[in-house]
Amino acid sequence: MASDEKPARTRVVLGEVAARRATVDPAHADLAQQTPVGEALARGLVRAQLALALRLSLVVVTGLGALPLLFAVAPAVGDLKVVGVNLPWLLLGVLSFPFLVGVGWAYVRWAERNEEDFTAVIRRPEP
Amino acid sequence: MNPYVIPALVVVVLVTVAIGAYGLRFARTTSDFLVASRSVSPSWNAAAISGEYLSAASFLGVAGLVLRYGVDVLWYPVGFAAGYLALLLFVAAPLRRSGAFTLPDFCEVRLRSPVLRRLATVFVIFIGCLYLVPQLQGAGLTFTTVTGGSYEWGALLVGLVVTANVALGGMRAITFVQAFQYWLKLTALAVPVIFLVLQWQSDGRPAVTPPAGATFAVTTTVTIREDATIKINGQDTAVREGEQLTVPAGSPVPAVSTVDAHLGASWLLPGSDRTLFATYSLILATFLGTMGLPHVLVRFYTNPDGASARRTTLVVLALVGLFYLLPTLYGVLGRIYTPQLLMTGRTDAVVLLLPEAALGGGQLGRMLGALVTAGALAAFLSTSSGLLTSVAGVVFTDILHADRGGSVRDFRLATALAALVPMALSLYVSNMDVSRVVGLAFAVAASSFCPLLVLGIWWRGLTDVGAVAGILAGGGAAMAAVLVTVLGPPLTGWPAQIVGQPAAWTVPLAFAVMVLGSLLSSRRVPRDVGATMLRLHAPESLRL
Repeated sequence: MASDEKPARTRVVLGEVAARRATVDPAHADLAQQTPVGEALARGLVRAQLALALRLSLVVVTGLGALPLLFAVAPAVGDLKVVGVNLPWLLLGVLSFPFLVGVGWAYVRWAERNEEDFTAVIRRPEP
Repeated sequence: MNPYVIPALVVVVLVTVAIGAYGLRFARTTSDFLVASRSVSPSWNAAAISGEYLSAASFLGVAGLVLRYGVDVLWYPVGFAAGYLALLLFVAAPLRRSGAFTLPDFCEVRLRSPVLRRLATVFVIFIGCLYLVPQLQGAGLTFTTVTGGSYEWGALLVGLVVTANVALGGMRAITFVQAFQYWLKLTALAVPVIFLVLQWQSDGRPAVTPPAGATFAVTTTVTIREDATIKINGQDTAVREGEQLTVPAGSPVPAVSTVDAHLGASWLLPGSDRTLFATYSLILATFLGTMGLPHVLVRFYTNPDGASARRTTLVVLALVGLFYLLPTLYGVLGRIYTPQLLMTGRTDAVVLLLPEAALGGGQLGRMLGALVTAGALAAFLSTSSGLLTSVAGVVFTDILHADRGGSVRDFRLATALAALVPMALSLYVSNMDVSRVVGLAFAVAASSFCPLLVLGIWWRGLTDVGAVAGILAGGGAAMAAVLVTVLGPPLTGWPAQIVGQPAAWTVPLAFAVMVLGSLLSSRRVPRDVGATMLRLHAPESLRL
């Protein structure tokens, strides 16, 4: 840098420095500037998250959504007793709630893992 | 009258106002009022969302429906809880990352269309009112049932407390109030149910479904509420409104022509009451409707980031699921201890009446009765506060156009405006059925905002034209069905099913029209859709 072009004095804030350093990373810049590479990365993340959400909703649709059909096709299931309670009462009134929470828990875990993978790709050290 | 009820109600109102006032000390800026400055922790936020969500329909309505119809209506609580799973899977984190505060804001962020924004405003206000009116009505009915006072005073009292609280404390105060009210509601159902089950044990476990149908355990005097015919020992007898019948202990509950209820063993088995169409329609409405309720969405913007929005939703799912284990027990025990409700048709009161009916009029029964009444009041207060905050937020930003530099005073004005219509309506439209109207609000939300959110978040091809067409077709059809159901003549047969439970056809219609409209107008896809999608889905830690 030529000595006559002294840079103007600027106020440096730690957060700004950190933010500026992050954009030096090429994958990060790809994302921020919407290059084809960045676009492909973003599409990959959206697709992974959507596939996860659809897979888990399929679990719920087959687990819970099939019950009315089952009760209609096989009425004998309604008479079945487990620990003194008719099975439909037990399934709908009690077991459906832990089932929903379990599916939700799995989703949060896997969705966060998808995001971690994405972040790792963006922040990978240059070879 | 139960001497503990009035003190319990006064305590709930005072604690609500006190927590609101305490929160007010921290509410200084407009941002505090609208989104609690986005600084609420996931566990507080989750308790607040659950407290807001568990309305009169959950606290009173579910138990009443179970008492009346049996196992088939368990789809209501299952659907109310599963709605949060759909919200978690498809909406929670991206919606928080969109940075919008209301649903119209989301339309603006994603599609930049003022027309769509205005349409969304109309739907938010319609759904908000549809949900707010039955809350106030439920409050009025509880007031009548418990204190013998007039319906209007109950509705007005709850309406005024809620308006004052929202206008003075805004979102920040409401978060603490709602969180408190979740735990109050859970306690108010959980503590009495322990005593009720113990009582049932010590009574020698009377059968829930005796061979002769629901049976009176003790001699009971029932006051008939409408002119009807009653079937006693196979003979039809005409009774008049206000007539008192004394039914001896051990005799089965006679069928009353004006009350629709399952008296025999069919109560125990699925498929006795509803067609498969109605069941699936209800499932679709409740599973997908939750994400479109304005008061639920508004709450998500108080999370600091997308990941915490997700964790908050999971905790909500657990809290709501925990709560819904309880109303079923009230409905079932109501078959044994309060069968007279099957004759009067006021089954929604089962939660309020059961403690005293089962435990006798002693101190314990009265105190538990007062506790459940306090819980019911908390249910009306919290849900209507949340609804009012969200409707007021939309009125504030979209009708008063105060989003840029709007003052706290404007927000208070918006709150008063938003409260006026539902309060007036709740006084003049008193014969609407609470649980049914709530179900209809879910159907409208599921066929308008659910497709908009799901397609807007996951599909790049959505256009403003497609979104407007989809909302008008699906949401408009659901809205029309609601108006026909609430205001129109009673329907029978298939039309009644299709209009009374519209979600099974309006939701697919909305999705189909929205996709088709977007494909036909694909030139109108926003040019910055890539940047928007990145903002919705990329973790905040990347700082893009």
